[in-house]
Amino acid sequence: MSSIRKSVSKLFLATVGMFLFGFALVPLYDVFCEITGLNGKVTGPTFSEYENVGNREIKIIFTTTNNDDMPWVFDSLKSQMRVKTGEQNLLNYVFTNTTNKPMIAQAIPSVSPGKGAQYFHKTECFCFEQQFLEPGESITIPLKFVIDPDLPKDISSLALGYTLFDITKDLVQKQASN
Amino acid sequence: MYLKKLTLCLTALFLAPLSFSAWDDINMTPGVNAIAQEIFGLHMTIFWICVVIGTLVLGFMIFLIIKYRKKEGVEPADFDDNPKLELTWTILFALILVGMAIPATSTMIKAYDDEEGDINILITGHQWKWQYEYMEDEVSFFSNLKTSLDARNNIAPKTETYLLEVDEPLVIPVNKRVRFLITANDVIHSWWVPDFAVKQDAIPGFINTAWTFVDEPGVYRGQCTELCGVYHGYMPIVVKAVSDSDYKDFIQGKRDLKAQQALLTEKLWETDELFAIGEEVYLKNCVACHQVNGAGIPPVFPALAGSEIVMNDKGRQVEILMEGVQGAAMQSYAEQLTEVEIAAVITYTRKAWGNDAGGDGEIVVPKEILDYKNNKL
Amino acid sequence: MSAVIEGHHDDHHHHGPAKGISRWLFTTNHKDIGSLYLWFSFIMLFIGGAMAMVIRAELFEPGSQIVSPEFYNQMVTNHGLIMVFGVIMPAFVGFANWLVPMQIGAPDMALPRLNNLSFWILPAAFGVLIATFFMEGGAPNFGWTFYAPLSTEYAPPTVTYFIFAVHIMGASSIMGSINVITTILNMRAPGMTLMKMPLFVWTWLITAYLLIAVMPVLAGAVTMMLMDIHFGTSFFKAGGGGDPVLFQHVFWFFGHPEVYIMILPAFGIVSHIIETFSRKPIFGYESMVYAIASIALLSFVVWAHHMFTVGMPIAGELFFMYSTMLIAIPTGVKVFNWLSTMFKGSLTFETPMLFAIAFVALFTIGGLSGIMLAIAPADFQYHDTYFVVAHFHYVLVPGALFSIIAGVYYWLPKWTGYMYDESMGKTHFWLSFVSVNLTFFPMHFVGLAGMPRRIPDYAMQFADYNMIVSVGAFLFGLSQLLFLYVVLKAIFYGKKATGQVWEGAKGLEWTLDSPPAYHTFETPPNLESGEAKA
Repeated sequence: MSSIRKSVSKLFLATVGMFLFGFALVPLYDVFCEITGLNGKVTGPTFSEYENVGNREIKIIFTTTNNDDMPWVFDSLKSQMRVKTGEQNLLNYVFTNTTNKPMIAQAIPSVSPGKGAQYFHKTECFCFEQQFLEPGESITIPLKFVIDPDLPKDISSLALGYTLFDITKDLVQKQASN
Repeated sequence: MYLKKLTLCLTALFLAPLSFSAWDDINMTPGVNAIAQEIFGLHMTIFWICVVIGTLVLGFMIFLIIKYRKKEGVEPADFDDNPKLELTWTILFALILVGMAIPATSTMIKAYDDEEGDINILITGHQWKWQYEYMEDEVSFFSNLKTSLDARNNIAPKTETYLLEVDEPLVIPVNKRVRFLITANDVIHSWWVPDFAVKQDAIPGFINTAWTFVDEPGVYRGQCTELCGVYHGYMPIVVKAVSDSDYKDFIQGKRDLKAQQALLTEKLWETDELFAIGEEVYLKNCVACHQVNGAGIPPVFPALAGSEIVMNDKGRQVEILMEGVQGAAMQSYAEQLTEVEIAAVITYTRKAWGNDAGGDGEIVVPKEILDYKNNKL
Repeated sequence: MSAVIEGHHDDHHHHGPAKGISRWLFTTNHKDIGSLYLWFSFIMLFIGGAMAMVIRAELFEPGSQIVSPEFYNQMVTNHGLIMVFGVIMPAFVGFANWLVPMQIGAPDMALPRLNNLSFWILPAAFGVLIATFFMEGGAPNFGWTFYAPLSTEYAPPTVTYFIFAVHIMGASSIMGSINVITTILNMRAPGMTLMKMPLFVWTWLITAYLLIAVMPVLAGAVTMMLMDIHFGTSFFKAGGGGDPVLFQHVFWFFGHPEVYIMILPAFGIVSHIIETFSRKPIFGYESMVYAIASIALLSFVVWAHHMFTVGMPIAGELFFMYSTMLIAIPTGVKVFNWLSTMFKGSLTFETPMLFAIAFVALFTIGGLSGIMLAIAPADFQYHDTYFVVAHFHYVLVPGALFSIIAGVYYWLPKWTGYMYDESMGKTHFWLSFVSVNLTFFPMHFVGLAGMPRRIPDYAMQFADYNMIVSVGAFLFGLSQLLFLYVVLKAIFYGKKATGQVWEGAKGLEWTLDSPPAYHTFETPPNLESGEAKA
């Protein structure tokens, strides 16, 4: 019954293939998000000097959220700004570790509406790295960004939200399992 | 009594579609703004198309059942296809669907509108309450279910707004474009107000936008629509749309309240006073998990009555209230409750259920909470 | 079901089954395994049904009734998991085991030992799942769709057992599917070309391919959950650069084809029953096959219609709306083909036919509410309300479950050799038909009026209809006890059935005795002689 053996091995390979495809969905999804701006995933710093600055004014709302029981104080100095497209802007964010133990945090950005995400270029951002703070330590870090002049005309306002996650435990767990 | 109610219900089931007054109970709300009304219209269009198709198909089926039941001497036909007919109805289905897709697409485009908002409100879903933050005015508060535990346990009577009432509704002005920035603090929630046709998932780490524009002052109610844990059914949404001047008063009132609360921490407090406030706070915020008698629901929600921390470790108790407990359901109340409320509720738990006798009986005054906060900074 | 009988009556067979419990533990016979699957599914139907009864008792009136919100969530979750993975899917695999070899003229399944294994790991999986009720933290409580992070960072500790159980169920389905495909592709009787196969075999061939395509993806999704929970990865944790919405995409990439896995074999069963009792060949055999295939293909590109409110860009919303609407075309074709089969037929209404007709009628209602749900802007109002609950119960209860019941009545005389009690069967039908509508129809109303799903208590304006729904549900639950009685009565006290059983029945299985010998078609039937047209 070699034909049966052939069918079975083909189907078995298909099963393994689909299992791997499930994992391949993770990077595929990221690519998909970047193209469509799904979920306001923000890409890294991709910025070149804009020649045609334009004089469109865009209102930007800045929100900060602490995830779950993250006890740090985390805030931006302004909650909104009106900025011109193509111009470099700066906004300071304050992080304070209010606990009595050292902690590591990660800020996760999100832009809404999602299709505006790819026009929101951050040239310097604390979200590119993790923050390590000693007990009671406080730091102020600037966010530098430019709004792409190609931002679609129907978007007159963008919101940039940061959520601060406590990743101290996750890092410890990861190191332990490695 | 059930029987009577049941008869009533059954009658209602068959009569309801006929009587106009009951229509609201069985159909989508027409909504209170243009986009909600548009979506309602779309819903009704599609609904009637489906009713017509359904009636034709079921009607034809009944006809077949009656007409072609087996009879003596009548032989069944033996055809088994008719390509022309099959092609015809396939094309017919496609045309009907195109007819549905056109209005649906136009409504969709209207619902997706990224114009700037006059007012921006950050909505954060928590297990199991909503937090509202007015971005322009730096006012922020939590909105909790107001329905009492007694009503939920069938001890107290249920009101018209049972499970749809909150202590602090979201207040928005009429005739203004209000943009909601929606996110979550823990798990995924979903913020839904049917009258605005706004249903947007609140996802931790991401913000989503939705917007509304209300012409009529009024109170609009909704609920969380994404399973978010045990008390998913107990985090309603109430939105009060008010005139512009009332809105300004509301914001001013919130600011004054903040200033007042700061003053209150300076006041000299009596234990009884704190105990009374604490009991109220406890019944509103803590009973769901820790229960009225402080027994909790171990192991998930620990008992407070007889707890070592509550009886003898004031410092740790303050810390728990302010920071929450990592990896447990207990969250930080530093943002949700005022200094007075936190001090009062701690005092209450240290005095109630015999904890007073079993422990050191120390109380906490609002000033201590304020100091805790200030020390952190 | 034949098993009980064969043990006593089939002494004349040369190699009959082994005696006692070892027959069932070690059997590699497709008929025995088919019976095991069907009985397993029947038992799980009552367990999952009991959970539904708890849900409806809690929702009988506003206010807390009999269980805590925590236990309610466990009920909702396990009701869904058991009905999907423990009732509908195993029942269809049971049908496949019994019928695929008999309908294509094969002696058994291609891989009999694998067949035994794929059944026996299934009770193990559900044993683990049900055992979580008695563990610390309670059973899974995050809904059968187990969205992260509720099912990862915020889940009870038993989630690990849940993941283990899902892995085993998946393995069972995949092995079963490999078996079905291999059998159909390699073991058809000479002369039975693909386009001559009975429709049930066709639907199962396509279903098995769907299973092989998506069950591994589900396995991948739960593996990622497991890694997030125990090994510090961040597939679905936003804090580590992951994305909780990714979970929903992966889940529904599995979940939507899964929906068709639960309905395609039903199409096959219903097609056979309608042609038999119309005494007329099925109308548009070829278009039926193409319709099934196109539904299966389309099912891979519609998944995000479950996620219209997660904040997708408008292009995504429109794409998934259009692709979902497209599914209405092949589905509509199937409904019209069934009606055309009845047209100018010679109809009789025995119990299987009654259930099959009810299937077509009520599945149409479920299909139409499906079109409404596909309209993305309107879905903003429908999403996660009882309207959705009404919709998917209409396609799964009077849809998939009715087709299973119809199939059991239709083939029971063939399997056991004994006829069921027709008037009791009809009573069972009418009770089920009335109560199923009483249960699920008012759900449309409360959903439109704004009642969210998965809540243990509700606002006052939903009270009247919820009471009706609960009464309907209790009645429906009780009616299924009658079904159990009818089946048992047929097995123990039924009248002897002929080989043909039904006047209009066509297909290879009807050329065999009732019950068929323990081993059948050891020499393939000759299709050219005209004794059986598929």
